[in-house]
Amino acid sequence: MKRRSVLKTMICSLALAFGSGAANNSWAQGQIDPSKPPIKVGILHSLSGTMAISETVLKNVALMQIDAINKEGGILGRKVEAVVVDPASNWPLFAEKARELLSKEKVAAVFGCWTSVSRKSVLPVFEELNGLLFYPVQYEGEEMSRNIFYTGAAPNQQAIPAVEYLMSEEGGGYQRFFLLGTDYVYPRTTNKILRGFLHSKGIADADIREVYTPFGHSDYQTIVNDIKSFAAGGKAAVISTINGDSNVPFYKELGNAGIKAIDTPVVAFSVGEEELRGIDTKPLVGHLAAWNYFMSLDNPANTAFKKQWADYATAQKLPGADKPLTNDPMEATVVGIKMWKAAVEKAGKTDADAVRAAMIGQKVGAPDGFEMEMGSNHHLYKPVMVGEIQPDGQFDIVWHTEKPIRAQPWSPFITGNENKPDEVK
Amino acid sequence: MKINRSLVWIDLGRLAVIVSLLLLSAIASASTALSPTELSSLVSGRYGERKAAIEKLGQADPAVAGPLLQSLSQGTLFELPDGNIVIKSDKGYIQPLSGQPFSTDIQPARQATLNNALRRQVQNALASLSLFSQDMHSRRMAIDNLLSRPDSLSAEQLARATRSETDPALKAKLGILHALYVAGDQAAGSAPRLQAVVSLGAVNLSQARAVLNTIIDEERDKTSELSLAASDSLSRMDARQRNSALASNAFTGLSLGSVLVLAALGLAVIYGLIGVINMAHGEFLMLGAYATYLTQRAFQTWLPEWFDYYLIAALPVAFVITAAIGMMIEWLIIRHLYGRPLESLLATFGVSLLMMQTVRLVFGAQNVDVSNPSWMSGSVAPLTDWLPAFVVAYNRLYILGFSLVVVFGLYLVLNKTRLGLFIRACTQNRSMAACVGIRTRKVDAYAFALGAGIAGLGGVALSQIGNVGPDLGQVYLIDSFMAVVLGGVGQLIGTVVGAFGLGILSKLGEPLIGAVLVKIVILLLIVAFIQKRPQGLFAQKGRSAAQA
Repeated sequence: MKRRSVLKTMICSLALAFGSGAANNSWAQGQIDPSKPPIKVGILHSLSGTMAISETVLKNVALMQIDAINKEGGILGRKVEAVVVDPASNWPLFAEKARELLSKEKVAAVFGCWTSVSRKSVLPVFEELNGLLFYPVQYEGEEMSRNIFYTGAAPNQQAIPAVEYLMSEEGGGYQRFFLLGTDYVYPRTTNKILRGFLHSKGIADADIREVYTPFGHSDYQTIVNDIKSFAAGGKAAVISTINGDSNVPFYKELGNAGIKAIDTPVVAFSVGEEELRGIDTKPLVGHLAAWNYFMSLDNPANTAFKKQWADYATAQKLPGADKPLTNDPMEATVVGIKMWKAAVEKAGKTDADAVRAAMIGQKVGAPDGFEMEMGSNHHLYKPVMVGEIQPDGQFDIVWHTEKPIRAQPWSPFITGNENKPDEVK
Repeated sequence: MKINRSLVWIDLGRLAVIVSLLLLSAIASASTALSPTELSSLVSGRYGERKAAIEKLGQADPAVAGPLLQSLSQGTLFELPDGNIVIKSDKGYIQPLSGQPFSTDIQPARQATLNNALRRQVQNALASLSLFSQDMHSRRMAIDNLLSRPDSLSAEQLARATRSETDPALKAKLGILHALYVAGDQAAGSAPRLQAVVSLGAVNLSQARAVLNTIIDEERDKTSELSLAASDSLSRMDARQRNSALASNAFTGLSLGSVLVLAALGLAVIYGLIGVINMAHGEFLMLGAYATYLTQRAFQTWLPEWFDYYLIAALPVAFVITAAIGMMIEWLIIRHLYGRPLESLLATFGVSLLMMQTVRLVFGAQNVDVSNPSWMSGSVAPLTDWLPAFVVAYNRLYILGFSLVVVFGLYLVLNKTRLGLFIRACTQNRSMAACVGIRTRKVDAYAFALGAGIAGLGGVALSQIGNVGPDLGQVYLIDSFMAVVLGGVGQLIGTVVGAFGLGILSKLGEPLIGAVLVKIVILLLIVAFIQKRPQGLFAQKGRSAAQA
């Protein structure tokens, strides 16, 4: 009995401590009208499980942006309140949590998902309950839902320009490609599109090799050997769609095997500043990544963004705050939230249909140095950049498009896409 | 302030005059020297201009071009606001042509950065410059570089280099380069080309392969002696390539096996002795890896000059930490559940979740950075002549050796010490052991700690080849269980054979059917094997056997 009562007091005092902490946080209110109810938004990112490595930071950056909005007086004089849930890298749980957010919490919009499989799992829920999802990660395309706004890149805004660069004289004039990916929908579809693209450039199937590994694969010795024998044929580059923390053992093996970027470069589509945090990047200098934003971009908007994030990480004592990093999906998350705010203000209400209409053509100055515009196909116009890994884990941008380009969610390199509409009806 | 700045500008203007004068004299002395615009295009030109400028430097006077190319490749070349370029050295900024330091303060506008294609150009240009260097070492580097990318060398340069080369080994390498040129040169006449093509069969270069393929393509319509020789040389190259791939895969199998041994040994001790299916075993591996991380951090902070040896210090640290935590968990939870396998399985599963979440709270969900000490990075190619692509990474080699040491050490503990004697007695017949006065509870606790400690050692090794994150153990848990079950419960030798067997089998299968399928096939094979022989490869006489 005694022990139990001690426990009880402990729990009570803990709850009190947390409660008072929360009350302190909501102090900075600006011109928010306290009589109006807050606007609730959902944050649907895995905070545990395999994807926590990438998604935790997206939750934090979303909270940072919502914090900033509240400090500037909220939206329509109302406070924005984030409802954070943890779908735990469990794809069916994503759908359950999405339903909870939409029907129980009645959120006005949801910011979330990383893997395509989680997005596919919540899509029917958002369509059924007419919710709004802002999806911040580059993906394989082949999807266009009226309930989703895609603030990451479609294949023509990342994968195809990167391969075009590799094939150009400036990129090294590569003619043979080793497509290496994790075994799920994003790499498979991207590689299907790339194969179609390479065929259109006159590259034969004999000069393309496609290899997949399971999620969480950690032993890349044989695959690196395979790359070596493939590269012995000359003019070979590796295109990696490896996702998650498998990248670390892959790059370690690559460095040890002495595959040099000036002979056989690896261009990756899911490796950013955050993924390189756990790796010694000195042997990897010169290998490439294609994104729409890099932390190393030198422009005022990015400087402000980096400072905002560093300050927030320090103030909240986030893990890794001693070396705050920004990356492409973080930028896309912030752009999505800013754009949603502008759309709600334009519509004058948070109703999904009104906000959806107001989103199209919405423009926001972004840390990538451009004015980002939401297209009628629910995808952002984005600039494409190719960066080379530097010894400090940052990227040196070696190629970029002059201006943002329109997304093609239905890739022309997949047969049957010719007659698909390029805008959401 | 203002006056100062304008003074600097005047000085800069003067400097520009001096630089262009120097340039003029350089142009007068060597016709291949670069014009001022070409020089400044090294930093800020378009790709084509930069490439042309670098190529030109490769043919220029080494005394002038060498430092320029060096600084370009090291990222110490800068452009001034007026378009002139400077090199940053230890003594401040110096002029690229004369090497004289600047007498005034200058503010470079931008740094020259290279992409892969230009980096290759710079290396090629440097190589063709140092081909005629007095120093044999730099000549060797140059020739090796040219062998992997021979396209930048002119025939005239090659002939000059061959004439002046005195070292026989380097002369032989230049001979290969010469053969490459002759084989690719249609005007060279058939007899020298044939000789060159045959000699290329002994060479392992992607460039040689390309040349031979072109010859076969050219001579497709006629079955000439030349094309026959070319395909013969090509098949000799292919055979070496195939053999080295096979050797590499066999080695990777051994290496995966050694990793599995390290992961599974502790499990085998715990499972074999106490009969507890320890679902938290993977988390002990994870703790071992985090202990490595902590040791690394400590070395970085307090002993940076000894940093290369942090890994050796991490071994006892990891062993003690994980063994202590193991002992604590045994005392808190597991000892209450002996003889109840299902409950202990569930309890250890809970413990594993608890440990993962704790680590996540303390260290964050992101992976932490554990770097390889320099002696564990890189690789060696032991048999370059016969097996050109057979490369052994140092970290894999050390882990293989380490796993054998751990197995031997555990063998000694189990067979040569008093604790080992007690452990073996308990494994074989617990009640009898208790009767003769062994305190079996205490032995259980020690055995659990020993198993956890070995897992900690495994964690140190795993931190060198993979991710260190809260989920690290999950990846290895299933594989370790497979190795233990396959080998036979409670037998050290069984686990070792099981782990190496699994490793070699999956690595030899991977190139044939792919990493995804091989996992499925191996699981099916193990299911079938366990159906036939539930006791595993090496059966055990003892408590777990007696109970069955």
